[in-house]
Amino acid sequence: MNGQPLLRIEKVSKRFGGLQALLNVDFDLPQGQILGLIGPNGAGKTTLFNCISGVYAPEEGQVVFQGQDITGWKPYHVAHQGLARTHQIVQPLEELTVLENVMAGSCFGHERRSLTEAKTIADEVLPFVGLAERRDELALSLNVAQKKRLELARALAARPLLLLLDEVLAGLNPTEIDEMVEVVRQIREQGVTILIIEHVMHALMNVSDRVVVLDYGELIAEGTPDQVANDPKVIEAYLGDPKMAERLMGEE
Amino acid sequence: MALLEIENVSSGYGQVQILWDISLKLERGKLTALVGSNGVGKTTLLRTAVGLLKPWQGSVRFDGRDVTGISPHGKAAQGLVMVPEGRQLFPSMSVYENLEMGAFTRRAKANFQDNLEQVYEMLPRLKERGDQKAGTLSGGEQQMLAVARGLMAQPEILMIDELSLGLAPFLVLNLFQVLRQLKDSGLTMLLVEQNVQMALAVSDYAYVLSEGHVEIEGQAAEVRQMAQVREAYLGM
Amino acid sequence: MKQLRNPGLWLALAITAAFGLWPALAGNKAYARETTFTILRAVAFASSLNILLGYTGYVSFGHIVFYGLGGYVGFYLMDVHGVHLALAVLAGGLSAALLAFLLGTAILRLRGAYFALATIGVNEAMRAFIKNFDPFGGPIGMTLNFQVYNDYGGANQALWTAYITTALLTLVVVLVSYLVKTSRFGLGLMAIRENEDAAEVMGVNAPSAKTWAYVLSAVFPGMIGVLFFFKNGNVEPGDAFVLHQSIESIVMVMLGGQGTVLGPVLGAAVYQRLRGILLVSTLFKNIQLVVAGVLLLVIVLFVPAGVVGWLRARFPRLRRVLV
Repeated sequence: MNGQPLLRIEKVSKRFGGLQALLNVDFDLPQGQILGLIGPNGAGKTTLFNCISGVYAPEEGQVVFQGQDITGWKPYHVAHQGLARTHQIVQPLEELTVLENVMAGSCFGHERRSLTEAKTIADEVLPFVGLAERRDELALSLNVAQKKRLELARALAARPLLLLLDEVLAGLNPTEIDEMVEVVRQIREQGVTILIIEHVMHALMNVSDRVVVLDYGELIAEGTPDQVANDPKVIEAYLGDPKMAERLMGEE
Repeated sequence: MALLEIENVSSGYGQVQILWDISLKLERGKLTALVGSNGVGKTTLLRTAVGLLKPWQGSVRFDGRDVTGISPHGKAAQGLVMVPEGRQLFPSMSVYENLEMGAFTRRAKANFQDNLEQVYEMLPRLKERGDQKAGTLSGGEQQMLAVARGLMAQPEILMIDELSLGLAPFLVLNLFQVLRQLKDSGLTMLLVEQNVQMALAVSDYAYVLSEGHVEIEGQAAEVRQMAQVREAYLGM
Repeated sequence: MKQLRNPGLWLALAITAAFGLWPALAGNKAYARETTFTILRAVAFASSLNILLGYTGYVSFGHIVFYGLGGYVGFYLMDVHGVHLALAVLAGGLSAALLAFLLGTAILRLRGAYFALATIGVNEAMRAFIKNFDPFGGPIGMTLNFQVYNDYGGANQALWTAYITTALLTLVVVLVSYLVKTSRFGLGLMAIRENEDAAEVMGVNAPSAKTWAYVLSAVFPGMIGVLFFFKNGNVEPGDAFVLHQSIESIVMVMLGGQGTVLGPVLGAAVYQRLRGILLVSTLFKNIQLVVAGVLLLVIVLFVPAGVVGWLRARFPRLRRVLV
């Protein structure tokens, strides 16, 4: 693989009416890395995912995947390039079976497999996420944690080069969180590059190689989990401005 | 005895559990802060306390009485008032009308004039803009109005969900100064807040929530010093 | 093709064939033929509509426009230009397909109720257009020159030819419906139905898939239209673009079981039969559409999956057969 990063976010800006959701966001994601994307609520993390996966088109800047400019491409074309994602609020295909859900990921992802091939791939992926026994059940009969695993399976069945995970751990209990973190590690071992948004901080800091921090749409810090957790700008973004607090207390 | 006691509450939405066996106390006349990163359950806890969400387990006791099953308007009648996240004002009504709406319960209606005068004294800007439509106020003024509306309900306990959310920094200081005034007047309050520094600077007691349970609790001054607070937010 | 061995397909085809063969066994053959003609038309129309409604999840209220336009084009070619029935039928199908293709790019970007309303608008606009289109006979329509029947061995023979062709086409529609459902294309349509945005993120080219579903759902109604107007011997705007007929089609699809192959077949047959009975009864003949409305309401509220859908849910073992 040549030296260029798998994904380049180049000065991406996105605005919704009067609200600047993203401003000049710029970072690289090398192949094989797990990159954590954090930031307080409303910082623009899911908006960034949506700009990458083609749901939104940024007004400025570029999204470059494997050297190809995919800025503003439609979601299905982005998927065909080798990108797959999960959603913050799960989006199962409810009236289809678990198997069919996963097959769809393989049929329409960048490998664009036939139904027969997709079935084989689905039957490999399902045990990996622990849904093999529920293969022929309708997706709507699963609970939330299972639906999250189904969504992950569907993304994996596409055999993506880059996987975007949006809050896969939300709503899971501590045991389920540990299991899912282990699954994420195994996915990376299979050669998939991962960009992960997460609020369950200890898990994210644990699993990420590097972390990028957004606040009010801007990138305020970048580095190893340790560096980021100790960065005063990041601490202030999460905890608030200590100087203002001092002023308030000083007035008492 | 604490004015409000939340005991061993577990709750959530549908199949997703958010709160895991949480206990919390509000002491009379004190400002208690509830902080923690997003998605951790702060708003869920508030909604459970006020009655918008039924807990799966546990109880809420107000002044010794079990109020777990009582509806939000029932609780408001007893003096348990919430200022919701995002203000949720009536934008086409005037400032005065919004304040009127706040005095909905019988108890509050009886003392309407007195309460109104007190509110206007604390927040003179609202008096100036009495006839202005709430939707045209600035963000900071809207937040002030939301708090004032809560005060018009003559609360025994005022619970505020996210005071500083979406507001410019200089307005934040202003609002917290108002909050401190309220605290000094002896009102019992629960503040759910994203801005930890400010919340800990203004409150007496603090709870730090992490992943649906209480990670840290203590006097605000002590909690401020703890490195664990940062860990609760940043995971390390 | 392993999938053709599915017993469910053969069940659906057998039932359709049984309808088709009925007039051969009946006493009053001509009468049976007329009744079964309308049943087969309903089956073909419902099965076609099912591709858009049941598989893709887009509710077309004005689907009759394809039947009307295709029918008009084919009829015109036969009446005015002496084109052979087979070619006219093809032309009818093609013109319907073309209309669907052009429309699709415009209105398929609308969702839900807006799409449904747009389809009604299209039908009404087409009817108004045809009413004023002199080459197609304007408001009076066209009457087939009886000479044309002679090219097919006389009126009686011509009617039977039209009938048999319709029966064969209906079998083809059922087969096509099955093939779509069990294909990768069909999986894409169902993904769109379940969650269009998620489907796009997954890689389904939704605009393209929806357009092809629309085209496919329009072809056979267009062809059947030609056959029906040929057998009737005339066509006029009031007969060709009857909005409530496509609404009744929706009831048929929903009653039988949307999204299944067998559902529209059974739903159409049952509803058509019911309709026939109601129209003869003194009590119900004027409120037949009321019955349709009530039936639709009941289905949507209590049995949204329709009869076949309900059976599939209740008896999972039957799923292979009730396809």
